[in-house]
Amino acid sequence: MGPTIRVQTAPFDLTAELAALTAGRTDIGGIGSFIGTVRDEHAGKSITALTLEHYPGMTERALEQIAATAWTRWPLLGCTLIHRVGRMVPGEAIVLVLTASAHRAAALDATAFLIDWLKTKAPFWKHESYADGTSAWVEANAEDEDKANQW
Amino acid sequence: MNQAPISADSAPLRILYFAWLRERVGTSEETLTPPAGVATVADLLAWIPSVDERHGRAFAQSALLRCAVNQTFARPDTPIHPGDEIAFFPPVTGG
Repeated sequence: MGPTIRVQTAPFDLTAELAALTAGRTDIGGIGSFIGTVRDEHAGKSITALTLEHYPGMTERALEQIAATAWTRWPLLGCTLIHRVGRMVPGEAIVLVLTASAHRAAALDATAFLIDWLKTKAPFWKHESYADGTSAWVEANAEDEDKANQW
Repeated sequence: MNQAPISADSAPLRILYFAWLRERVGTSEETLTPPAGVATVADLLAWIPSVDERHGRAFAQSALLRCAVNQTFARPDTPIHPGDEIAFFPPVTGG
């Protein structure tokens, strides 16, 4: 089965996604997972909400390309990428990466690769609202770019 | 596929904006008709600030911006053609 890719406003259900990834499979030996969540603090400011904007159409294409790249680099048996958009509050999950492989190394490495690339190669933009009533667009982080380029 | 470069025949372009650039331009999408000679992303970036004062301000730091042509990340030398979907936006911050 190829990758499962979704961009959605609704929360995702980890148990359901895991069940879908592994349904009917007995060849999987390891599953890697990453869940990104909304933190309540950024650069000393208290965050009340995070709003994710994206480029409909291009986002899905970019995620498909990123997943396809992972598929060529590691012997994956399954992969799930779900990215939420819209308004979220601290504690909510934003992004889910699941990878399945026969052995753990491929699953863990592919998971790290997918989240690193997703951060720098898919058209999403974060906007933070703060407790003091102000708000700001999040600036891209050079460290994220370095991490993505390591792969 | 033989598409005439836009320099050969000036035509309207659909241009999309995202994040703070969208706020500064004041719209998420518009149609602009660049003059003949605007053939690449770099040409378009050089011309857009001259559209009006609002575009001038929004694109003042154009070196910070990224571009996609037909929903694929583009570079300054990426050619543009009539009918292309062009998008300008700040560096992405998903994940």
